[in-house]
Amino acid sequence: MKEISCKLLVVGAGPGGYVCAIRAGQLGVDTVIVEAKKPGGTCLTIGCIPSKALIHAAEEFEAARLAAAGKSAVGITLAEPAIDLAKTMAWKDRIVGRLTTGVSGLLKKANVKSIHGHARFRDGKTVEVETETGTQLVRAETVVIATGSVAVELPHLPFGGAVISSTEALSLTAVPESLAVVGAGYIGLELGTAFAKLGSRVTVVEAMDRILPLYDAELSRPVAKRLAALGVDVILGAKASGLASKGGALVVEAADGATREIAAEKVLVAVGRRPAVQGWGLEELDLDRAGPFIRIDDRCRTSMRGVYAIGDVTGEPMLAHRAMTQGEMVAEIVAGNRRSWDKRCIPAVCFTDPEIVSVGLSPDEAKAGGREVRVGQFPFSANGRAMTRHGEDGFVRVVARADSNLVIGIQAVGQGVSELSAGFALAIEMGARLEDIAGTIHAHPTLGEAVQEAALKALGQALHI
Amino acid sequence: MTEHVIKLPDVGEGVAEAELVEWQVKVGDLVREDTILAAVMTDKATVEIPSPVDGEVTWLGAEVGDTVAVGSPIVRIAVAGGSTKKDASTDKAAPGDKVADKDTPTPHPSPQGGGEMARVAAASKGAAGGSKASTATAPAEEPASAGDSESLSPSWGGVRGGGTVANVATFGAPRPEGEKPVASPAVRLRAREAGVDLRQVAGSGPAGRITHEDLDAFLRAGPQAAPVVAGGLAPDTSEQEIKVVGLRRRIAEKMRLAKSRIPHITYVEEIDVTALEELRAKLNAERKADRPKLTILPFLMRAMVKAIRDNPGVNALFDDDAGVIHRYGAVHLGIATQTPTGLIVPVVRHAEARDLFGCATELNRLAEAARSGTVTREELSGSTITITSLGAMGGVATTPVINYPEVAIVGVNKIMVRPVWEGTQFVPRKMMNLSSSFDHRVVDGWDAAVFIQRIKALLETPALIFVD
Repeated sequence: MKEISCKLLVVGAGPGGYVCAIRAGQLGVDTVIVEAKKPGGTCLTIGCIPSKALIHAAEEFEAARLAAAGKSAVGITLAEPAIDLAKTMAWKDRIVGRLTTGVSGLLKKANVKSIHGHARFRDGKTVEVETETGTQLVRAETVVIATGSVAVELPHLPFGGAVISSTEALSLTAVPESLAVVGAGYIGLELGTAFAKLGSRVTVVEAMDRILPLYDAELSRPVAKRLAALGVDVILGAKASGLASKGGALVVEAADGATREIAAEKVLVAVGRRPAVQGWGLEELDLDRAGPFIRIDDRCRTSMRGVYAIGDVTGEPMLAHRAMTQGEMVAEIVAGNRRSWDKRCIPAVCFTDPEIVSVGLSPDEAKAGGREVRVGQFPFSANGRAMTRHGEDGFVRVVARADSNLVIGIQAVGQGVSELSAGFALAIEMGARLEDIAGTIHAHPTLGEAVQEAALKALGQALHI
Repeated sequence: MTEHVIKLPDVGEGVAEAELVEWQVKVGDLVREDTILAAVMTDKATVEIPSPVDGEVTWLGAEVGDTVAVGSPIVRIAVAGGSTKKDASTDKAAPGDKVADKDTPTPHPSPQGGGEMARVAAASKGAAGGSKASTATAPAEEPASAGDSESLSPSWGGVRGGGTVANVATFGAPRPEGEKPVASPAVRLRAREAGVDLRQVAGSGPAGRITHEDLDAFLRAGPQAAPVVAGGLAPDTSEQEIKVVGLRRRIAEKMRLAKSRIPHITYVEEIDVTALEELRAKLNAERKADRPKLTILPFLMRAMVKAIRDNPGVNALFDDDAGVIHRYGAVHLGIATQTPTGLIVPVVRHAEARDLFGCATELNRLAEAARSGTVTREELSGSTITITSLGAMGGVATTPVINYPEVAIVGVNKIMVRPVWEGTQFVPRKMMNLSSSFDHRVVDGWDAAVFIQRIKALLETPALIFVD
């Protein structure tokens, strides 16, 4: 058995792991990273990036279909378009390929040794990696667990055949005629919307009584409206109880116990993700847990000295940018710097149609925390750029403390608002007050003006409404 | 604009002066009728002074800790507005109010004090009331003063001139508890690398934001201001100045008087309470629902009543200035009681006329009143002999300080199971020490011992407590 030793070993090369390794390498730490698949993890290979590629393709296709149907508001007419989903997927795969190659290059540039294979902990300092060329033993002073998360499987709808997870949904080579989506969270709605735009008959089944339960009703309302306009059937308060015996349909049980079958060539189960805590020897480490997750402190330390954990395996929100920031922080700690988690907000974006951004506290969360708040909300229907993009649905909402006007939350729903999220987070991290946002020139004509107007409105000084 | 002058009202019979223990308002505060302005302490009870009018506080006539004579002005309140508003506020004011200088507010009638005009508050209330001061005094329609102290208003109001603020540290807004400090990521990183906890740095920016300059100032202030947290242990050079006022001052004076005038003799004796504890357990197990649960104290109270009958010299007040001993037939038992603000001594009157359960009931009532702060001035005075007990805390022995001008105090220590030699073997017995002090000027050691031995005999054979 080959054996190497290093200062830092990172297990998992998702966004948390590879960022951690790159930064550690840059700081001169002798670093090894282990990954069984391609670098980039869920985010790059089967999550964020591929789904955005599919969503973009679907948007383009839908615009062309509208034009073909003579419904283009902007006056374009076209012949009936067609989509070759296999080509779309090939395009997506090229993007993913470029990015994963890029990550490999960055790791190399930072002098990080990459080992391709399945890692298994022997103890807190030793990992066995099953590589193509045999077992490699890695001893490390410090270990970072960055194993990520996997899609939750429903016992009565196991993955396989017609039942697919987001991973398979992002690799379909033909648009299914009908698609049932189980779960109206952001993953289910992003993909459900995309396939509806590509021409599938989409039905969404959600056990709770509303879509996007993690966002407030005000934010999710424009999305519900758009789903209806796209012809997506949303069944709330219902459970998917299994595939119909004759196939091609999903059995749905309503709250009153009545069952019905909905046509579904494919069934996408998107009921959430769980931490990947199996199959890599966690049982050898006996780490403290926080529910299903590995418990960490504000420096991402686990209950075992010299063992850190970052990313989805450590808890909600399971977002790539949280993992990246944790990874960067841990690398700097390992390199001997003083760091701890002091972020004020982790932005959350939902690439539905329209998009939703939530940064910091919503008005209800702020009030629940005992704060008195001042809220300013500005609709895109009063924003010139939103009109010229033909996307007037939605609004920007700013939440500030009533006593000091300190901005503690910014949310938005609307076409393209994901790109506004950087400014939202910057305002909160910098400790901006309403006056700071209101006093900053926001370029005209842009969607960003709605942010300034929302701040002005919270101050009682809105100009354009 | 009319000015009301509020004078220290007559807060209790025979009280000529009172100590100001707390201001609940400050100059510039807007107050409503009935807003509590201040708390004064007489004897051992605290009395709150309410405002008779709506208006703005323009002058405070005393500082916390000052002793103020009844009738001297303590607060001036400007009543706002033109003639109509003035009339309205005058109408609203309490009937006792006259215009301007003649005003003396009528304190709230006491809910439990019969004819007493003062609202008698908890001794503890003085301290507890502090936090409500700013919120209670700011009328809702005055956002400028809502919640925060006046010095902050300019920084929260709007544009602030750059670099004109001389004292950076005092300009920062206070952060609500639990709120993270407001600082940009760059400032946070610098602080982290310097080992500074930003929660200790005052922010001069809007909304209390900590700037690079604030951090520089904090770092310049030296290591004592920026403790290095790395090692976990750091010297704590902080020093607090605590003004001894109110109840604490009363306690301090009383203790100094007792210790400087009384030559104490302390006598400790152990008592076998095995039989007493058996009896107590039995009585508690079989007591009726309306009867209080018995502690050891009611038994001791009854035993003391009996022992005092044989040794009346210990139930007395010694007026050492006049050289006269006042001996009483009544046994008014002071019960030393710990409250959140300090030690007070409510009194069980006429213990000689109360049976076991009568003593227990009165004891419970007083203890509850003392802890909740509703005990009256009368209930805190007039004792002829005092019991002190540290309860479950116990201890092996204490040297109790006599409640001047009394001449004796009986202290109860913890019951412990101890091996006792019974001639042939050790047996486990429940033993309890009594630690008692006497004024050796008027109580001889022999008499003190006789008194305690009598109590011991009664408690060791508890049936004796109930027969004459």
